[in-house]
Amino acid sequence: MMVRVLAFARLREVLGFGQRDVELAGGATLESLWLQLTSAAPDAAGLRTATRFARNGALADGATTLCDGDEIALMPPVGGG
Amino acid sequence: MIAIVDTAIEAGALITQVRTDACGAVVTFLGVVRETSAADPRPVERIAYEAYASMAVPEMEAIAAEARERFGPIEIAMVHRTGDLALGEASVGVAVAAPHRAAAFDACEYAIDELKARVAVWKQERFRDGDRAWRANTVSKRT
Repeated sequence: MMVRVLAFARLREVLGFGQRDVELAGGATLESLWLQLTSAAPDAAGLRTATRFARNGALADGATTLCDGDEIALMPPVGGG
Repeated sequence: MIAIVDTAIEAGALITQVRTDACGAVVTFLGVVRETSAADPRPVERIAYEAYASMAVPEMEAIAAEARERFGPIEIAMVHRTGDLALGEASVGVAVAAPHRAAAFDACEYAIDELKARVAVWKQERFRDGDRAWRANTVSKRT
């Protein structure tokens, strides 16, 4: 299955993309997606505890199972204003 | 108007949106780019903002609804700008119109505090020496 991943701010920089379509095995979770994305980006791995996930516009935890076509956002702590 | 925009924020336009004949008070807040960083002694030259608009706008709408629930019949506009902003440019604007000033002040403060704590916007300070740093907000005083 395929999901669309959006990465913001510092995560965008360390992962090297702002938006990417990612192929996943069935049963993949947000946590497994994170591990897949950060295995090649050691600078990102240490950011896990500060990162929040959203799935299709709603915050979601790492155990959330993904579906084909999901839009996933990887979000550092916010800094608006 | 609740929006993420990529053009200049005008306080006058926000006031026009919220003012009604039932309202005796209008309070506006503009957050503007400043030279002083909260976490770095070097002078800031610009701040770049980015947003996840499809989450940020619903969250701002939720904050506006909460403000109406808490502070009564108010009109509220909230906008956040994205892109590369110079010193003195407004990055965020809130305007609240209410029958009386207490509700207008309280709702405006609530809205900007919650926006800074919750809304999917990020900023990167760009220092005069060319270096850059992502800067997260400290937790809202209301949470």
